[in-house]
Amino acid sequence: MENLELQRLANEIRKGIIIGTHAAKSGHPGGSLSIADVCALLYFEEMNVAPEKANDPDRDRFVLSKGHAAPALYSTLALKGYFSMDELNNLRHLGAMLQGHPDMKLTPGVDMSTGSLGQGVSAAVGMALAGKMDKKDYRVYSILGDGEIQEGQVWEAAMYAGFKKLDNLCIMVDNNGLQIDGNIEDVCSPYPIDKKFEAFNFHVINADAHDFDSLRAALKEARETKGMPTAIILHSVKGKGVSFMENNAGWHGVAPNDEEFASAMEELKREGEALCQK
Amino acid sequence: MSEVKRIATRQGYGEALCDLGEQYPNLVVMDADLAASTKTGMFAKKYPERFFDAGIAEANMASMAAGLASTGKVVFISSFAMFATGRAYEQIRNSIGYPHLNVKIAASHGGITVGEDGATHQCIEDVALMRNIPGMVVCVPSDVIEAKAAVKAAIEYNGPVFLRLGRNAVPVINDRPDYTFELGKGTLLKEGEDVTIIASGIVVESAMTAAAMLKEKGINAEVINIHTIKPIDSDIIVRSARKTGKVVTVEEHSVIGGLGSAVCEVLSEQCPTPVKRLGVPDVFGTSASASVLMHEFKLDGEGVCEQILDWMK
Repeated sequence: MENLELQRLANEIRKGIIIGTHAAKSGHPGGSLSIADVCALLYFEEMNVAPEKANDPDRDRFVLSKGHAAPALYSTLALKGYFSMDELNNLRHLGAMLQGHPDMKLTPGVDMSTGSLGQGVSAAVGMALAGKMDKKDYRVYSILGDGEIQEGQVWEAAMYAGFKKLDNLCIMVDNNGLQIDGNIEDVCSPYPIDKKFEAFNFHVINADAHDFDSLRAALKEARETKGMPTAIILHSVKGKGVSFMENNAGWHGVAPNDEEFASAMEELKREGEALCQK
Repeated sequence: MSEVKRIATRQGYGEALCDLGEQYPNLVVMDADLAASTKTGMFAKKYPERFFDAGIAEANMASMAAGLASTGKVVFISSFAMFATGRAYEQIRNSIGYPHLNVKIAASHGGITVGEDGATHQCIEDVALMRNIPGMVVCVPSDVIEAKAAVKAAIEYNGPVFLRLGRNAVPVINDRPDYTFELGKGTLLKEGEDVTIIASGIVVESAMTAAAMLKEKGINAEVINIHTIKPIDSDIIVRSARKTGKVVTVEEHSVIGGLGSAVCEVLSEQCPTPVKRLGVPDVFGTSASASVLMHEFKLDGEGVCEQILDWMK
């Protein structure tokens, strides 16, 4: 797919994130916006998935281990056609298909219920293990937060994936540098992230989370890496695409009010129009 | 009188997995470095391609099991009850329970009969922890025969199940031709009209022994085995309570949150009846042999009989 088309899709994903969190009056826009580009690339180019084969045993799997970025996943799934974009208006509302954190029983296209940090990546390892057991070719992708890797369970999972040489597993760390209490380096630094995963027998790749050439090359390298799982460190900007949300930990778990919603949507609309004129 | 056979419920678990491995090709078993103790090692030997040792990482094991189950496997995960339900509680709740995945938590070394290892390893809260998770079936087999039946029933049930297994060899009490097992159904073991003794797990045998001793004192006790604590068979409990008007519960577990609590929940709403809960009072266990501890906590036949007589005075 052309990068320009992916940029347009990512911009639409960002609009969905803003619409959803505004409608919910809560949620996590910052860490959702930072993964919008990689979600676009995964769902519209990289992964073997489609709404009509949502339960195909041979499909690729995606586990959003940083489950609080659910608005990015929901927006992507809606764009991909798993359900209507209108569902985003019901995000976090009573009886809604779109829960505050991903729910595999309620939402088509969601492969694992997540939200409690550290657990999704283990589930992804379990899926990859099943793939090897059943001699299937599917791949398993999982996105973790850079704060999330403070959870010990992540390293239990990493130890096992490295030990089992799960080369059908690609985990991505959304390294936007911020967590709820502030800068990850000030709260409890997980750095160096790359060396940690290397020590756990992962092939490690650094990528620019907002550059499709960089992301595409990283995912290709991951696919071609045999005998070990891959960890891609996504160097990202929290809040990317909405200028007043960028690099601000305050936008981790706060929804835009009406005024901020209008301003964010205006910025994304302008960006969308600019992309159409390219 | 012929000598009573004694076999641990964990042994029944291991044997059942081996027996059922062929019939259920999607059966997968995981352990956390305790395969020899939990008896999953038997399955590992017979079906190495379907066994995964997660190492000493119970949290990761539970969530990995969820991932495996999402692809259509029936996954049993085993460790000691303390670590399976304690260390990995939140993983069981969120990764397995919330999406109602087909993972069975088969935990051995439940209760004080862990013995000499002491309080850190004697889990007396596991039933309470698991019973609170929506959709979780909680089953505590009373002997090896029931353990085997429970494993098969757990495989056939689509969703999460907690099976509590014991370390020690205990008397085989269900070796009879008419024995049947159905998840959620209690078993009337002995009819009586003076008091109802409801027990689960290895202390069902204590309850039967106590009933025989009470008979000598002129008290005719009814004995019910509740192997499935959730969903609980409220019919059999209410029916018996109506008949006897007095209920005693016996469990190798804290009296808070386990069988005693579950029975009280049923009776307080459906048939208010005086209930005496026997089990581990609100204290931790301690190091000693299993038999010494069962005597100390008055959970052997003699102790149960004594506590019932005291209560009925």
